[in-house]
Amino acid sequence: MGITQVLFWFLSILALLSAILVVISKNPVHSVLWLIMVFVAISGHYILLDAQFLAIVNLIVYAGAIMVLFLFVFMLMNLNAETEPQKNRWLKIAGVVAGGALLLVLVAALKKADLKLQVAEMNRGDIGLIHTLGMTLFKDYVVPFEISSILFLSAMVGVVVIGKKD
Amino acid sequence: MPINYYIFLAVALFCIGVAGVLTRRNAIIIFMCIELMLNAVNLLLVAFSKMHYHALSATAPHAGIDGQLFVFFIMVVAAAEVSVGLAVIVMMYRNTHSIDVNFLNRLKH
Repeated sequence: MGITQVLFWFLSILALLSAILVVISKNPVHSVLWLIMVFVAISGHYILLDAQFLAIVNLIVYAGAIMVLFLFVFMLMNLNAETEPQKNRWLKIAGVVAGGALLLVLVAALKKADLKLQVAEMNRGDIGLIHTLGMTLFKDYVVPFEISSILFLSAMVGVVVIGKKD
Repeated sequence: MPINYYIFLAVALFCIGVAGVLTRRNAIIIFMCIELMLNAVNLLLVAFSKMHYHALSATAPHAGIDGQLFVFFIMVVAAAEVSVGLAVIVMMYRNTHSIDVNFLNRLKH
């Protein structure tokens, strides 16, 4: 088992454990911190898959900006484990059973799929580098790129309108 | 690494996100579980992009790059979605002094 495999299993287990802790933490601030761990683990997966640009963007945009926004809102509302609303026990069990049933169905459907020969390439290739991605983004995907700027503008105006006092 | 492992990892993360949405009542935690599901899909898209690169790189040097650009656009949309969603939740907190999603029942009156 090479270093790549060891890192893959370590990052997978880290991601799954942190994801479970996001859901079961009583304190919402701890949930945010565990979600940052999930994003760090997923960024590690991106680096293993030679998607360096996406790894850095994931760290900066998700683990940096979006999670700080979440933490800021939690601090603003002064939420902690005591004010956390709880569903009753049967609803929680029903939710976990529903999620587990979805997992079961997907795994059962995919287990028979003939994917043994398909391999996600590691340690080779330059399609994840910023040069290659930038050339494609500004040649083939320039229209979606511009549309996303309009999306951001409308989101910004929407946030200001929603957040205004009455 | 065989693509199977990535598929099952992404499916597991997605299902944890679904279970979180169904079991929690805090609106912001529900939002975070949606982010978790989006990230599971992102991871799967990157793995598939590298799978196509492995299969087709002999003929097309940039095979599979579209998957990584899709991930980029998903991040863009998620950032916009989070900003608007948190603004709505802050507004709801200002009116009800709670972030319990059950309070949204009163929207129907």
